[in-house]
Amino acid sequence: MIKRTFENFKKHWFLFKQLVKRDFESKYKGTMLGMGWSVLSPLMTLLIMRLVFTQFFGRNTPHYTTYLFCGNLVMSYFRESTTQGMLSLRANAGIITKINVPKYMFLLSRNVSSLINFGLTLVLFFVFCAIDKITFTPKMLLLIYPVFCLTAMNIGVGLILSALQVFFKDTSYLYSIFLTLLTYLSAIFYRIDTFPERMQKLFLLNPVYVIINYFRTIVIDMRVPSLAYHGLCLFYALVFLLIGAWIYKKNNHSFIYYL
Amino acid sequence: MPVIECSNVGIRYITGDLKSIGFKDYVVKKLSGNYHVKDFWADRNVTFSLEAGDMLGIIGSNGAGKSTLLKGISGILLPVEGRIRVRGKIAALLELTSGFDPEMTVRENTYLRGALLNYTERFIDEKYSDIIAFAELESFQDYPLKQLSSGMRSRLAFSIACLVNPDILILDEVLSVGDGAFQKKSGDKMREILQSGVTGILVSHSVGQVRELCNKILWLDHGKQIAFTNEPGLYCDAYEEFLNTKKLPQSREDIETLAKDFAVRKEKERAEREKKEIEKLEQLLENGEKSTAVDAAVNILRKSRPDLLAEHLNHET
Repeated sequence: MIKRTFENFKKHWFLFKQLVKRDFESKYKGTMLGMGWSVLSPLMTLLIMRLVFTQFFGRNTPHYTTYLFCGNLVMSYFRESTTQGMLSLRANAGIITKINVPKYMFLLSRNVSSLINFGLTLVLFFVFCAIDKITFTPKMLLLIYPVFCLTAMNIGVGLILSALQVFFKDTSYLYSIFLTLLTYLSAIFYRIDTFPERMQKLFLLNPVYVIINYFRTIVIDMRVPSLAYHGLCLFYALVFLLIGAWIYKKNNHSFIYYL
Repeated sequence: MPVIECSNVGIRYITGDLKSIGFKDYVVKKLSGNYHVKDFWADRNVTFSLEAGDMLGIIGSNGAGKSTLLKGISGILLPVEGRIRVRGKIAALLELTSGFDPEMTVRENTYLRGALLNYTERFIDEKYSDIIAFAELESFQDYPLKQLSSGMRSRLAFSIACLVNPDILILDEVLSVGDGAFQKKSGDKMREILQSGVTGILVSHSVGQVRELCNKILWLDHGKQIAFTNEPGLYCDAYEEFLNTKKLPQSREDIETLAKDFAVRKEKERAEREKKEIEKLEQLLENGEKSTAVDAAVNILRKSRPDLLAEHLNHET
């Protein structure tokens, strides 16, 4: 199946390129700052959080700015990628109901523009790390791993959400509420070691937190997470990806009844 | 080997409560047992096959299941019953301009459509100038599509589908796009394409078009197959008579009777028209002034006996 998907993808490479181009252009058309916006918005959040929360949480957290940025960086990528992905089927209903194309292409193309934004923010992140006097080590190259897992997870969650959104229109509203809750549960601006041991374990159930924590372990603690921790990242990525792929495969031809 | 083969095809839509309800409605309706989903067979037991170079005309009144069948053939909908087999690359034009992005330029939309129809970039590079030339949009290439008239958009869509060398061309109500001149051009293009061995399917409410372009006819009514035939003339006659009387034919004899009735009716209409015209002219001759009367007489002659008039003119010179 993987081989077939891959071949399919090669066959549709031109379509993929065209869709990416379209999504990218339509997103920034008419905005003066263009792509700058998507970099500015996590930066603003970061500055506000830095201003507000330093008093409460920042005093005994070393490199608090970097700590915050790790959280915001991952969370904003997850948020943007999944909310964009969620609407990928509905937004392309006009095409899907008229031309027979692989439907996951629309989701993948949207994920590419989110990934590019993430890349830009990541550059900014390293600039801030330098300002925050973080030591740069070769270990940082390992960050490719959580980024890879997060991207796979975003695609998986996007697949699931976009299917749900076709069946139930209010998925969009519910998901935005869920995202707010998830933001608070992901230890973006607070530390979890003030919680009892058992509570801390519960945080591992939150895939976004798991990725954030990977970043912090490498960048701030300069440690490499355990092998089991790597497994956990991959596990979340695969679970979401497989569930999403399964839903798409099962409903490939029923989406059209709802669009 | 048939290019398109449909055997006992049944395509079903599900309708009812499932569309645009939210989680809350869904849960409430499920719990109270009020969740109803209805099946709706848009096509049932449709059987036909097409060879390379065939042009099939699908006729039938609104809601006959024509467009749904096309969606089945182009792979958008899966048949619930029966089987559809297609050999070759399809360029389908279902409602022409949908799928275009109004914010993007003509050029970008052409490439996107080409990509959606599953062609390679190099191929579209090659064909691009032909497509634009045929659509007569040379000076609009960098305009966003929303600034084009609907006729221009349809022309673009038609040009793309025709010029990408598909094996199978599916046209849903598209030959009536553009102004008169473009309609003629697109009709000519269609004939040219068909002669090159492309298999075509045409859905049109204009029986005249079907009669002119198609060598096979599929007649659908409310999802049922009334006929599949290679006698387009006879069946088009019968269909036009059916549109008048609303009586569905049950057998071969019915078809022939319908076609005969149609011929009789057409003849009667023609006779009536002629009679009216003559009456009108006669009136002119009787009541008009001298010069108008003469003009009218010359007019009648010009219409009915042009040879006489020509002779007369020859004599004079």
